[in-house]
Amino acid sequence: MSWSALADTSWYQYALRFVLGGLVTVGTGLVAEHFGPVVGGLFLAFPAIFPATATLIDARERRKKEKQGLKGDARGLQAAALDAAGAVLGAIGLMCFAGFVWKALPRVSAVMVLCGAALLWLIVSISLWWLRKHHWL
Amino acid sequence: MPLDLLLRFVIGGTVVSLFAIVGDAVRPKSFAGIFGAAPSVALATLALTIHTDGASYAAIEARSMIVGAVAMLGYAWMSSRAMWQQRASVTMVSLVGLLPWLALALLGWFLVLR
Repeated sequence: MSWSALADTSWYQYALRFVLGGLVTVGTGLVAEHFGPVVGGLFLAFPAIFPATATLIDARERRKKEKQGLKGDARGLQAAALDAAGAVLGAIGLMCFAGFVWKALPRVSAVMVLCGAALLWLIVSISLWWLRKHHWL
Repeated sequence: MPLDLLLRFVIGGTVVSLFAIVGDAVRPKSFAGIFGAAPSVALATLALTIHTDGASYAAIEARSMIVGAVAMLGYAWMSSRAMWQQRASVTMVSLVGLLPWLALALLGWFLVLR
């Protein structure tokens, strides 16, 4: 954990992601209302905050390099690329999350299903990351 | 804005922000990246949908979400490749990439869900 990274993030970047998250959640609800749950469900996996987060990482890494008097363009892109590579693993976890909710929801209590699915997402994503770190993937 | 939309906005924004904060704090970067594909919008939306439309309706949404997640995988993979090869700026790659996400998701809907 790096708590200093949180201090580096300005209030408007937090606000931007809050607004984006809110808008995508509202938008997903409206799509489901107009086109039905089959189309609406697609947007539950919309990359809501990825662009904002990737841009934030790019800017942060660039700033670090520029403080040392170096150009930070390549470093920013590489850091964002690493973040996106992690998101690939998270997306596989997201498939497991969705599959678990689909199969379990009508039969098991909603709170249990959502908590279990979130835990499954975390376990799958971390396991894949660990396997890749040790070159088994 | 009607009250239910405002509620959706606040709950969605809060859940997404919480996952984003965790993603900002954890290291290394490749590990933090998994939070870029966190089920934040899904958790907020499914909880609200179960409350308003019932569990069976939410289960149908979850089934479609599998296709959306496949599109998310394609989006993240393409973004990672394009950024690593330094073909365009991070903002350009991550925003323009949303179009292939939409195309992949709609293709999946057409082939699998329709």
